[in-house]
Amino acid sequence: MNLIDIVEKEQLREVPQFNVGDTVRVHYKVIEGDKERIQVFEGVVIKRSGGSLRENFTVRRISYGVGVERTFPLHSPRIEKIEVVRKGKVRRAKLYYVRDRVGKAAKIKEKK
Amino acid sequence: MKKAILGKKHGMTQIFVGNEMIPVTVVEAGPCVVVQKKTKENDGYDAIQVGFGDVKEKRLIKPLKGHFTKANVPFKKYLREFRLDDISSYEVGSEIKVDIFSAGDRVDVTGTSKGKGFAGVVKRYNANRGPMSHGSKYHRRPGSMGASSDPSRTFKGKRLPGHMGNKRVTVQNLEVVKVDPEKNLLLIKGSVPGIRGSLLMIRDTVKSK
Repeated sequence: MNLIDIVEKEQLREVPQFNVGDTVRVHYKVIEGDKERIQVFEGVVIKRSGGSLRENFTVRRISYGVGVERTFPLHSPRIEKIEVVRKGKVRRAKLYYVRDRVGKAAKIKEKK
Repeated sequence: MKKAILGKKHGMTQIFVGNEMIPVTVVEAGPCVVVQKKTKENDGYDAIQVGFGDVKEKRLIKPLKGHFTKANVPFKKYLREFRLDDISSYEVGSEIKVDIFSAGDRVDVTGTSKGKGFAGVVKRYNANRGPMSHGSKYHRRPGSMGASSDPSRTFKGKRLPGHMGNKRVTVQNLEVVKVDPEKNLLLIKGSVPGIRGSLLMIRDTVKSK
């Protein structure tokens, strides 16, 4: 094993198994001044990129009629926890096509 | 210069310190061994010669073999000199380990930059290029060589195409993020010169705060 992997392995955190297309709730620590609180961001995972400690994932949701996407580092210590709400059935690794769709067309089927 | 060590670049990654994600270069630094002590009386200046990296005996030339045998140290791949302020604490054969540095220290890192071959002025000096279309035939050329009858020559230092990279480069004032004495690891914030596997000299910084 090379040294980069060793350095990264030390910092890997336990994360639940989830895939692109799943709906997740990300509990994210927000620091305002000297106060800390937890913000929940719920939406569909539209991509996962990178590997090991450098992995990121992007969550998309529609908020007040506007599409909002947030990208989180998967192993960030600021993520309190990730809940998988619903498994999605998709045939792509990156769901960029949902950006062009609205309403029912943007819905992702549930995996049974 | 108070302390210095030789190391090998292993590549870059990111780590989390507190809540912050920091880009770091992973350097395997040391253990180094002092092969020779140069003194003012003998050599005209004070310095220590340091060896790093193990090498097979058959890869060494005879004069170097003699040099190592005289110092009674194992054969090393690289030899470099450091002109430290105080060399009295070092003896021939003594080891230099990565624990001379600690997290938060500022260091200068010297290495050999990646070779880019024969490069034009756009790549080598960040010159602007001409328009690529609309009838222009002037694309990536170096521009004017200077004025005409006065001075009747091109001034020295005019930026022209030539070999780029593959030379000694120092990056100053980088922060040491983490030190791992067990694995001889040094995590330095930001990038350092050279390819993976190349030799680096890591010294305390000249930029004092």
